[in-house]
Amino acid sequence: MLSFILRRLAIAIPTLLILVVFSYVIMYAAPGGPFDMERTLPPEVMANLEAKYGLDKPLIVQMWNYVYNVVVHFDFGPSFMYKDQTVNDIVSQGFPVTLTYGFWSFVVATVVGMSLGIMAAVYHNSWLDYVAVGISIGAQVLPNFVMAPILVLIFTLWLGWLPGGGWQGGQWQYIVMPVIALSTSFMASIARLTRSSMLEVLNANYIRTARAKGLPMRRVIFRHALKPALLPVISYLGPAFVGMITGSVVIDMYFSTGGIGVFFVNSALNRDYSVIMGITILTGALTVLFNLVVDILYAWIDPKIRY
Amino acid sequence: MLTSRKTVEVLETAELAAPIEGRSLWADARIRFFRNKAAVAGLIILILVGMFAAFGSYVTPWSNEEVDWAVLGQVAEMGRPSLETGHYFGTDELGRDLFARTVQGTQISLMVGLIGALIAVVVGTVYGATAGYHGGRVDNIMMRIVDVLMSVPYMFVLILLLVVFGRSVLMLFVGIGLISWLDMARIARGQTLSIKNKEFVEAAHAIGVRPSVIIRRHIVPNLLGVVIVYSTLLVPSMIIYESFISFLGLGVQEPSTSWGALISEGAKQMQYGTLWMLLCPLFFFVITLFAFFFVGDGLRDALDPKDR
Amino acid sequence: MALFEVNDLNVKFQTNDGTVSAVNGVTFKVNEGDTLAIVGESGSGKSQTAFAAIGLLARNGRASGSVKWDGQEILNLPEAKLNKIRSSEIAMIFQDPMTSLNPFMRVSEQMEEVLTLHRGMSRRAARTECVRMLDAVRIPDANARITMYPHEFSGGMRQRIMIAMSLLCRPRLLIADEPTTALDVTVQAQIMDLLRDIKDEFNTALILITHDLGIVAGSCERTMVMYGGRIMERGTTAEIFATPTHPYTLGLLEAVPRLDRKEDVLPTIPGEPPDMMKGFVGCPFEPRCPLAIDLCKAEAPALEWFSDSRVRACHRKPEDVA
Repeated sequence: MLSFILRRLAIAIPTLLILVVFSYVIMYAAPGGPFDMERTLPPEVMANLEAKYGLDKPLIVQMWNYVYNVVVHFDFGPSFMYKDQTVNDIVSQGFPVTLTYGFWSFVVATVVGMSLGIMAAVYHNSWLDYVAVGISIGAQVLPNFVMAPILVLIFTLWLGWLPGGGWQGGQWQYIVMPVIALSTSFMASIARLTRSSMLEVLNANYIRTARAKGLPMRRVIFRHALKPALLPVISYLGPAFVGMITGSVVIDMYFSTGGIGVFFVNSALNRDYSVIMGITILTGALTVLFNLVVDILYAWIDPKIRY
Repeated sequence: MLTSRKTVEVLETAELAAPIEGRSLWADARIRFFRNKAAVAGLIILILVGMFAAFGSYVTPWSNEEVDWAVLGQVAEMGRPSLETGHYFGTDELGRDLFARTVQGTQISLMVGLIGALIAVVVGTVYGATAGYHGGRVDNIMMRIVDVLMSVPYMFVLILLLVVFGRSVLMLFVGIGLISWLDMARIARGQTLSIKNKEFVEAAHAIGVRPSVIIRRHIVPNLLGVVIVYSTLLVPSMIIYESFISFLGLGVQEPSTSWGALISEGAKQMQYGTLWMLLCPLFFFVITLFAFFFVGDGLRDALDPKDR
Repeated sequence: MALFEVNDLNVKFQTNDGTVSAVNGVTFKVNEGDTLAIVGESGSGKSQTAFAAIGLLARNGRASGSVKWDGQEILNLPEAKLNKIRSSEIAMIFQDPMTSLNPFMRVSEQMEEVLTLHRGMSRRAARTECVRMLDAVRIPDANARITMYPHEFSGGMRQRIMIAMSLLCRPRLLIADEPTTALDVTVQAQIMDLLRDIKDEFNTALILITHDLGIVAGSCERTMVMYGGRIMERGTTAEIFATPTHPYTLGLLEAVPRLDRKEDVLPTIPGEPPDMMKGFVGCPFEPRCPLAIDLCKAEAPALEWFSDSRVRACHRKPEDVA
C-alpha cells in the first residue's frame, strides 16, 4: 500500500511542477505588467519597483527563486495589487470560506446524488425512478451560474427567506444557497452515474447468487451491490472536485461570500500575477491531493487492484 | 464538465458502427435515430435555434447596438417585452433591444461551442490516434501527459490565458478547445487500440503502407462514429465553459455578447423587476443544452448496436 | 407427495420488441433424493424454468402456473417468504463460476452469511462449518484459503466453492444450472464426480440443467428434454437413451460423438434454434424436424403419457420415430 501511495506521489509532483513552470512562462510572456498604468512611471521608479519584486532578473532565476520560496518557505510572495498584503494573507483569508461551502457542496452532491441513484435503480421503472431521472436530466442544464440567480430570484426576491449574499462568518442562512447552486449539477451527474452502474450491477450473476442464497434485499443491495456500483462514481469524484473548485469562482462573485474566487477574478482583471499564480498552484495542489485520495479509495475497495 | 466520466469510459470501449463496414449500418443508425422521439425533438430545436441565430436580425426593427432613448432611464416600465415598440424580448438596462442582443449572443455562443468542439475533436483525435497506434512507450508517455494535464484546474489556466493574451473571442475559441481535447484523446486512443488489431490494418501494414497513411486512411475514418457522438456531447460543454467565463466578465467583451454575458447582466438587474433580461437568454441557453444532450444520447443509442 | 412439483408453468418476458414466451406449460415432479436432468439447447427455457420456480426471473419476467414445494405453493411468493426456502431448502448453483461469486467479497464472508442468516450461527461457528464444507468439496488448505477473494481461485475451484456454499444448509433440493459448461473437460469430470458423491452423502435431490447429454447418462435417473420452451419428452434416462421417441431427442443423441461408431462427419440437427420472439402455432421443432407432417405446422402436439414412466409431445407415432 505504501509503495502504491509513493508511486502516485511520484506522478503528482511533476504535475505540480509542470503547472508552476507553465503558468510562470505564460506570465513572463505576457505583454504588459502590473505596473503599467495610465500615467507612465519614470524609468528609475519602474526599475526600482522591478528590482523590489525581482522582475529584473532572468526568467530562469526568477522562476527558481519563486519555486524555492514556495516549496521551502510556503511563501508565494507579495501581492502586486493589494498593498501590504502577501499572497499568503489573501489565501488564508479566502480559503477557509471556499473550503467551508465547498465541503458542504461536496457532501450534498455525493450523498444526495448517490442515494437518489441507488433508489432509482432499486425501484427501477417506478415513479421514484422517473422522478430521479427527471431531476438529474433537468439539473444537467443548470450549472452553478444559472442556479445562482434562479435561487436568489426565488428565495431572496420572491420568498424573502434567505439573504442574497454575504458570509457573516458562515452562518447557515448564508451557506444554503451557495451550496445548492454549486452542488446541483454534480449531484445530477452522480445520481445518473450511480443509477446506471447500480442497474448494471443488479443484473450481475453474483447478485443472482446472493438472492438465491435467500439474503434479504437490503443485504443484497448494501453488502453485495453497493461497492461495485460505486466504483465508477468514485472515479468521477476527482473531476467533480475540480469542477466544484472552478465553480467556487462564480459562487464567490455572485454571492459575495469572500472566498478565493473573488481574489482570483479581481487579480486576473488587474494582472496581479503573484495572486493568480498562488491560487492556481494551490488549487492544483489540492486537486492532485484529492485525486490521490480517490485513487487510494478506489484501490482499497477493488480487491483486484494490486498495489 | 457535464459529460460524465462514465460516458468517456463507455465510448473508449464502445463498438460503434464504422463507415468502412458499409452503408447499411449508417442507414440502420439513421432509422434508429429517427425512431427516438427525444432526439428528433432535440434536432428540431437545434434547427430552430440555428435559424434564430442566422435570421433573427432580419426580424427585428432594432439593431443590437442602437439605444432606444425613449426607454432609457425607465427600462422597468417602458422596456418590457412588447410588440408595439418592436422590442419583442424587451430591452436591456441600457435600452438596447434584447431580441437583437439575444440573436447576437446565440451566434457567439453557438460559434464558440462549435469551433471549440471542433478544435478539441481534431487535436484530441489526432493525439489519441497517434498514441494508440504507436503503443508501447510512446503511448505510455503521451497518455501520462494527458493524465497530468487532467489534474490541472483547467478553468484557472484558461482564465490565466485570457488575462495574459487579452480577452478576445479568438482566444476563447482556442483556449476552450485546447483544454477540452483530453477526454477526446483518451476515447480516440481506446478506439484506436481496438481498431489497429483488426485484419484490414494488419493487411495494410503487411503490404508496407506508411504509418501516417494508415492512421489517416484506416484509423481515423473508423473513429468517426465515436467522434461524432462525443462531439455532440462536447458542444454543450463548450457552451457552458464559455458562458461560465462570460458570466464572470472575463469572456466576450462589449459590445459583443453571449448567453453567459446576457445571463450575467440579467441576473444583476433582476431585483429591479426586469426579469425578462434574465429569462430570455436563459431560455435559449437551457433549451439548446437540452437539445444537444438529447441528440447526443440519441446518436449514441443509434450508433451503438450493443445498446439496442 | 412429491417434494417439488411444477405444474403448467409459463414464463413470459416483456421486452421492447414485444413479449417473449420463454416457457410453455412445463410440468414435472421431483421426489426426495431424485435426480432429474433437464436437457435442451440454449434458449430452450430450461434455465428459466428453474429461475421462475424460485423467483429469480429478471425484472421483466412473469411466471404463471403452479410450483409446489412440500405441498405448499411457492410460485410468485413475496421475496421475504421465498428467502426462507432459498438456500436452506432449495439451493442453486450457476453456470459461470467466474461471475457467480461476488468479486468484491472474501469467500469467507460470502459463505458465512448463509449460515448466520438461515441457521442463526455465530460467525465463529459459521467459519468452522464453512471450512469443513470446503474440505468436503476437496479444496486444499481450506482453512487458510477461505479468506481469499474469488479471483484468486481457478474456475474449477470456484465452482467447488459454489457447491460448498449451496450445501451449507443441507438443502433437500439442489438445482445445478449448467454447472460444468464454463469449465475444462477434465475439471468437468471432477465436478460431476463431486456432485454425485455429494448427492449420495447428503441425500439431496438434484435437478441438473444441461445441454450436454454426455454428462446426463451417468448422473441422472430421469431426463426431461425441452425445446422452444416446451417439454418434448420425459422419462427415465435409460429408456430415453435406448429408445428415443421424439425426433428432437433422436437428433440430440445422434449428435453426441461416440467411440463405438466410425463416422467421418458428426451428424447435426439442421437449422437454427427457434426465434422465441415469434411464438408458435404448431410444434416449435417443426421447421427443423425431418419427420414433420402438415399437422405439425397447424397444431402443437399435446404432452401425452406413452408408458407408465414416459411422456412425449409429438404427432408422429413412437414407432415412426425410431
